[in-house]
Parts: sequence; structure tokens; C-alpha cells
Amino acid sequence: MDLLTNVLPTFARFLNATIMIKGLFNILLFYFLGEVCSLFINGFIPGSVIGMILLFLSLYFKLVKPEYVRDAATVITKNMAVFFIPPAVGLMAYAEYISQSIWTISLAIIVSTVFTLVVVAVVQDSFEKRRAKK
Amino acid sequence: MNEQLIEQLKQLLSGEVFLLCLVFGTFLFGVYLYKRLRFSLLQPLLISVVIIIPFLKITGIEYTTFYEQTKVLNFMLGPSVVALGYVLYEQIEYIKGNVLSMLTAVFAGSIVGIASVVLIAKAFGADKALVASLAPKSVTTPIAISIAENTGGIPELAVAFVVICGLFGGLIGPILLRAIGIKSKIAKGLAIGSASHALGTTRAMEMGALEGAISGLAIGIMGIMTALIIPFVDKFFL
Repeated sequence: MDLLTNVLPTFARFLNATIMIKGLFNILLFYFLGEVCSLFINGFIPGSVIGMILLFLSLYFKLVKPEYVRDAATVITKNMAVFFIPPAVGLMAYAEYISQSIWTISLAIIVSTVFTLVVVAVVQDSFEKRRAKK
Repeated sequence: MNEQLIEQLKQLLSGEVFLLCLVFGTFLFGVYLYKRLRFSLLQPLLISVVIIIPFLKITGIEYTTFYEQTKVLNFMLGPSVVALGYVLYEQIEYIKGNVLSMLTAVFAGSIVGIASVVLIAKAFGADKALVASLAPKSVTTPIAISIAENTGGIPELAVAFVVICGLFGGLIGPILLRAIGIKSKIAKGLAIGSASHALGTTRAMEMGALEGAISGLAIGIMGIMTALIIPFVDKFFL
């Protein structure tokens, strides 16, 4: 049973060696389309975000098969933290500038992050509670 | 001959292959430590950065060199935002019926977040470049860079604040939300993703698949809301 439901489909996916290429192709294609759209609105919304919305809509309206994107998208999104390493190391280049106004920066970031967390969670939570009551 | 060899070795040390090895290797070490010690302050990203910065200082490799050679990782930030479109699609069952509440919640959160960071920074006499670099701190880097550029901020600085904010939000988010008694998984994921983008999302994914996916969705909504709000804030308040 387990062999049929789990092992075999996984094995079949490995046989489909181009699945990663298909995934990357689709993701990059939507990224490109997003960048093109972004150009028309003067970069008001970044291309990657427009690409995300376009990819979602295409999946929703069945223009793109989910299997084509699944593997590549899962690998990329589960490992997003790695992509932040180069910019995070960039902190070192601005260490002096940041240390000059370290208190302002820390206070602003801490207060604002706490506010954002609380406001978003409380608003969403109260919507859900109100619906549950109905 | 010998000197030439040393010179070539040095060049390899500041080259693409070795620096990418360094990034992945330190990150893996970070994951290992994080799993062994289960201490949320020891985020793999943080461990990796804490090793890499001294390494670059000691070997005298400039940050610009490091950045140039690891550009491929930076490039991947864009596709990773696009790929969130798929994560979103996977969780569509949970999104249905929650669209209005999620949009309202993130909209309120982005207004409060931007207003508080701008007001505090201004109250403490931060200059315009600093305020404009701080304002998009809750969104993912590609979005933060373009917002900061459009409003007179310093892109590199904006990225630095995004990373700090992501680490901080991911760290305190789960604790804070538990403390104020939030039980809804959607509310938790949405709050963490709105406050601290993809770095928070990695933490939300540890909490559960639904929290992770909603957090991923929140990155997108927050990104769009922030991109729409900041131009107005910039016009009237900066």
C-alpha cells in the first residue's frame, strides 16, 4: 500500500528528469512577465511580486499545471534564508553608519515590528471569531 | 614560481567557487547547530553571517568582491518571491473566505508599521535617507530595494534593515503571539509574514504548513500594500 501511494510516485518523478527545468522555466518566465508589467507602471510594484500574482492566477485558472512548478517552487521557497546571506553580510559595510544612530534604528524597528505583529494578528483573529459566532 | 602559486591561491579564495562553498557550508553548520541546540536565537542565517564577516575581515576580502561573487544567490531572491505564488495556490482552500479579513488585517498592519517606524525615526532626528531606508523594513528585499530607491533611501541600508527586522520578527513573533493569546493559525502566519517577510516565513514554516503558506502570502500582500502606501507617505510626510 505504502509502496503504491508513496514510493512509486516519487520514483516516477525522479524519472521525469526535466521537471526541475520545467519548474525553473515557468518561474523565470513569470518573473520576466512580471518585470515587463512592472516596467509599464514605472516600477511601482516590483516585477517579482507581479510575477507571484501572475503565477498564482495562472495556476488558479489552470493555465499552468501545478506539477510543473511544484518541485522547483518547493525547493526554492523552503531554502529562502540562504538567499539572504549576501545582503546580510552587507551589514558589515554599513556598520559605521548604523552604529551612529543605533538607538534610533533599534527602537524604530522593535516598536514597529511589535505593532505590526499585534495589529495584523488581532484584526485577523477578531474577523475569525466574529464569523465563528454567526 | 612559489609566489605565483600563492597569488593564484589567494585569487581562488576570493573567487566564486570558494565563497559560495563558504556560504552554503556555514549555513549548513548553522542548520546543524540550530537543530542540535533548539535555541531560536541561533538562526542558521545569523550563524552563517557571524562566521563570514570575520572571515572576510581577516582575509581582507572586500564586501563588494564577496557580493559580486555571490550574486547568483542575490538573484534568487526574485524567483523565490515568484515561487511563493505556488505556495499560495497550494493553500487555496484556507484562503477562500478569508480574503477580506486578510487584506484588512495586513492593510492595518502595514499602516501602523510604516507610521510607527517613520514617526519614531523622525522624532529622534534621523535624516531623510535613513527614514526612507527604514520605511520598507517589513517587506522582502527585492521590493524594499525598489521602494528605497524610489523614495531617496540607500538600497544597501534598506536591505540591512530588512534582514534585521526579519531576524527580530522571526525571533519574537511566535512568543509574542502566544503571549497575547492568538490561537488562529492563519492569524499567526499572517502576522509573522507581514512583519518579517521571508525570514519570518522560515520560522512560520516550522510552526506548520498552513502558518508557513499564509506567511508566504502575507509577504506578497504586505509587499504590495507597502509599495502602494510609501509613495504617499513620502509625498506628504518626508
